[in-house]
Amino acid sequence: MRRRLVFYLAGLLLVAGLTHCGGARRATPITIKGSDTMVILGQRWAEAYMAAHPGTVIQVTGGGSGTGVAALINGTTDIAQSSRSMKDEEKAQIQAKSGQPPVEILVARDGLAVYVHESSPVREFSLGQLRDLYTGKITNWKQVGGPDASITLYGRENNSGTYVYFKEHVLDEADFAAAVQTLPGTAAVVNAVAQDPRGIGYGGAAYAKGVKEVAIKADDAGPAVLPTLENVNSGAYPISRGLFYYVRKAPEGPIEDFIDWVLSPEGQKLVTEVGYFPAR
Amino acid sequence: MTILHAVAPPPPLDHSGRAATTRRRALRLRESVTAFLLRVCAFSAVAGLLLIMVFVFREALPVLVDPVTRHEVGVSRIFATPLWQPVGNLPKYGLVPLVVGTLKVVLVAMVVAVPLGILSAVFASEFAPTRIREALKPVIEILAGIPSVVLGFFALIVMASWLQAVTGSPSRLNAVNAGIALALGIVPTIFSVSEDALRAVPRSFREASLALGASPWQTAWNVTLPAAGAGVAAGILLGLARAVGETMIVLMASGNAAITSGDVFDSVRTLSATIAAEMAEVVVGSPHYAALFFLGAILFVTTFFINVFAGVFVERLRRRLAGA
Amino acid sequence: MTADALTTRLPRLDKARSYDWSGFGFTALTAFAALLVVLMVAVIMGNIAFFGWRTVTWEFVTAAPREGMTAGGIFPAIFGTVALVILMVVALVPFGVGAAIYLHEYARPDAWYTRIVRFAVNNLAGVPSIVFGLFGLGFFIQFVGRSMDRALGLDVVWGQPALLWAALTLALLNLPVVIVTAEEALRTVPREMREASLALGATRWQTIRYVLLPQAVPGILTGAILSVSRGAGEVAPILFTGAAYFLPYLPQSPTDQFMELGYHVFVLSTQSPNVDATKPILYGTVLVLLLLTFLLNLTAILLRSRMRARLAGRL
Repeated sequence: MRRRLVFYLAGLLLVAGLTHCGGARRATPITIKGSDTMVILGQRWAEAYMAAHPGTVIQVTGGGSGTGVAALINGTTDIAQSSRSMKDEEKAQIQAKSGQPPVEILVARDGLAVYVHESSPVREFSLGQLRDLYTGKITNWKQVGGPDASITLYGRENNSGTYVYFKEHVLDEADFAAAVQTLPGTAAVVNAVAQDPRGIGYGGAAYAKGVKEVAIKADDAGPAVLPTLENVNSGAYPISRGLFYYVRKAPEGPIEDFIDWVLSPEGQKLVTEVGYFPAR
Repeated sequence: MTILHAVAPPPPLDHSGRAATTRRRALRLRESVTAFLLRVCAFSAVAGLLLIMVFVFREALPVLVDPVTRHEVGVSRIFATPLWQPVGNLPKYGLVPLVVGTLKVVLVAMVVAVPLGILSAVFASEFAPTRIREALKPVIEILAGIPSVVLGFFALIVMASWLQAVTGSPSRLNAVNAGIALALGIVPTIFSVSEDALRAVPRSFREASLALGASPWQTAWNVTLPAAGAGVAAGILLGLARAVGETMIVLMASGNAAITSGDVFDSVRTLSATIAAEMAEVVVGSPHYAALFFLGAILFVTTFFINVFAGVFVERLRRRLAGA
Repeated sequence: MTADALTTRLPRLDKARSYDWSGFGFTALTAFAALLVVLMVAVIMGNIAFFGWRTVTWEFVTAAPREGMTAGGIFPAIFGTVALVILMVVALVPFGVGAAIYLHEYARPDAWYTRIVRFAVNNLAGVPSIVFGLFGLGFFIQFVGRSMDRALGLDVVWGQPALLWAALTLALLNLPVVIVTAEEALRTVPREMREASLALGATRWQTIRYVLLPQAVPGILTGAILSVSRGAGEVAPILFTGAAYFLPYLPQSPTDQFMELGYHVFVLSTQSPNVDATKPILYGTVLVLLLLTFLLNLTAILLRSRMRARLAGRL
C-alpha cells in the first residue's frame, strides 16, 4: 500500500516535470562541451540565442578543452569549445572516425593573464621568469622583486586547454613543477590567488576579479605589456591565443545558424561583455 | 425484507482427474520458474562483482600487453617515473606520487579516525548512561548519512581556511585537510562495527572481572576491548578500505598536486582523485584511458584484499564468541 | 579469557588505593572522544544551516537556474536526482529482494554456492565508488550502449552518458544494502507463520508471496530508502556516466543527461565561474541535499526500529 503511494507520487512528479518544461524540447539539442575558459561565454551565447530563437535548445558544459575534444572524437558532442588548437593526432583521430578532418572556427580571442595577489609589489615578469617560476626553478618571491616568501603556484588540471597552451608556449614543453596546485577551473585559480598573498596563477583575462594582472615582457629587454584589447589585437601581448569551436564536419542546419550568429556583431558584442576580445 | 440467499458451498476440490493434474503441473512449473528467477537475482550480485573485475581489468589490460600503450605507459616506467603529467608532448605516467599521496591522506585519516571511533565506541557501550548513549547513536547515524561530497565541500570551503590560519601551512588544500574530512567519513564505520563487537562480548566477562575487584575502566580496557578485538580490527580494516577508495573528499580538498614528499601539509594527488579528474577528458581507447583504468584496477585489488581480510576477522570473532 | 589471564591483568587489591585517577582519566578520554565527534557534526550542520537557510525558499526549490548559476533555483537538479533515484530503485529492488529471498528460503546455508553469493555481496559493498563509475563507463556505456547502437543502427544514442546508465551503476552500488536489509526483514517473520502456511498446503512460493513478503515489507522498505539516500548522495559513480552541469531542459528519456544535487555541489564548489556570487546557491544546494538525505534516513531508521521492536517482542 505504502509502496504504491510512493510510486504514484513519483509518477506525479515525473508528469509535473514533463509539463514544466513543456515546449522547450522540440528539437534535438545542440551540445557544446569543452573549455572552462569559454564556458561562461558559451552559456551567455546559448542563453541569448535561445531567447532570440525559441525552439532551439543549446546545452553547454565545461570540463576542460581536452574533455571537449575527447567528446568530439568520441562522438558525444556537436561542438567542442577549445582554448587551444587541436593537435595533429587529435585531428587525425577525427579523420579516421568520420572520414573528414574537423573544422576549426575562431570565435574569440583571449589574453592569457598571469595573476598575483592585490598586495603583491611585483608588476611584471619576463617570459623567461615565468617559465622558471612554473618549472620550479624560482621558488622565492625575492628572486623576482617581491618580499622574502615562498611562492605558491596555482595552475589548472591537465584537461584544460589553458594548461596545454601554457605548457606549450610559456614552458616550451618543459614539465610543470610537481608543486603546482591543480585547480579545476580558472575561477578557482583566481579565487585561490585572491586569498593567498604568496600565490601566482594563470588563466583567461576575463576572470581577473580581486587579483592583479601582471604585465608580461616577451624578453628581458622588451616593454612590459598588459593584456588589454589593443595589446591582444595588435599581438603586442606575448601570450594571447585564439578561442575555437571545432565541429566534425562543415556546419549545417541549426548548428550553422548558431555559429553564424556567434560570429555576427551581435554575438561578438557578448564577447566583449564577458571580457574577451572579438575574433575580428 | 432481507432475502437470504442460500449460498451453495463451493464444489469440493477434485484432487484426481485430468484438470487436477494440469493444475498441479502448472503449479510445479510456476514454482520451478520462480525458484530459477530468484536464483538469477541472487547471482546478479556475483555477476556484478565478476563483471566489474572483467571490465575494469579488460580496459586496463593495454597497459600490460598493447605495444602502443606500453610505449607510452609501460609498467616498467610507471614505477620509475617520478612525475604524473600525462598531457603534453612527452606524457609522463608516474605512479609513485599518486601512491604516496594516497598513503599520506589515508594515514592522516586513520590516525584521526581510529582513536576517535574506538574510544567513542567504548564510551557508548561501557560507560555512557543509557540516555547519553541513546543520544549519541543518532548523531553517529547523522554523520554516516552525510554524503561525501558535502564533507568535501565543508573541507574545501570552511575547514581549509581555518586549518591554514591555525597551522600556518603554505598550502591551503593539503593532505591534513583531506585526511580530517576523510576521517569524519569513516568514523561511523569504525564506531558501529566496534560498538557491535563490544556489545557482543558476553556479560559474564564483565561481571567476572568486576567481581574480581576490577574497576569499570580496568574491565573495559583489559577485558572487554581485547575480547572484542577481532571485531574492532574488522572495523578498522573496513574503515581503511573506505579511506583508500574515497574519491569526492580528496578530489575537492587535497589540492590535487602530484607531489612526492613526506610532509603531510603538502598538497597530494590520490589515485581515486586522478581517475575522477582526468577520466572525462580521455579519448576512449587511448593510452591515457588505459592508464586510468589501470589505476582503477589497483584500487579495486587493494580494497578487495582489505575487505577479504576484514571478513576473516569477522569470522574469527563470530567463532570465538559462539564458543564462549 | 581464563581466570588466570584476568587476575594477572588486574591491580593488587592489597595496595591501599587512593582515588582512581587513571580510571577517571580513561573514562574522561572516551567521553572526550565522543564529545569531539558530536562537536564536529554540530559544527558542520550548524555552518551549513546558518549559511544556507536564507537561500532555501519555495522559489529556490521550484525554479530553474538563471544568469550562469548565480541566481534562480535548482529545480532541475532536484528533478534529476529524483528521476535518477526512481530509475535506480525500479532496477534495484526486484533483484535485491529476489536475492534475499533466495538466500533466506531456498539456499542451503552451508552450500558452496551460498557462500559465493554472500562473499560477492560483502565484497561488492567494499568496492570504491569511483571504480563503479569506471565500470559504468566501461561496461554500460562502452559495451552495452555501443552494442545497442550498433544493433539498432544508430549513430550515438545509447553509447554515451545517460540517465539509464547512471541509474544502473548506482543500482549495482546499492545492491548489497538492499540484500542485507531485506534478508534481515525476512528473518523477523516468525518461523511458525511459515510452517503453518506450508502445513496448510501452500507451496514455497505461495508462502513467500502471501505470508512472508507482506510481513517483511517494512524492512524491505528500509533497505530501499537507505539505498535511495545513498544514491542521492554518491557523486563519483555518476561523474562520467550521465551527470551534467548546465542543461536548459529536464531529462525526458533514459538517454538524456541530467543535473543532480550532489554533482551540482561538486561543480559549484570547484568550478564555479563566480565564487562569491554562487556561494549562497552552493550553501542552499548543500542544505537541500542534506535535508533530503536526512529525511530519507530518518524514515528508514524509524521503520527499522519498529521492525526490530516487533522482532524483540516476539522472542
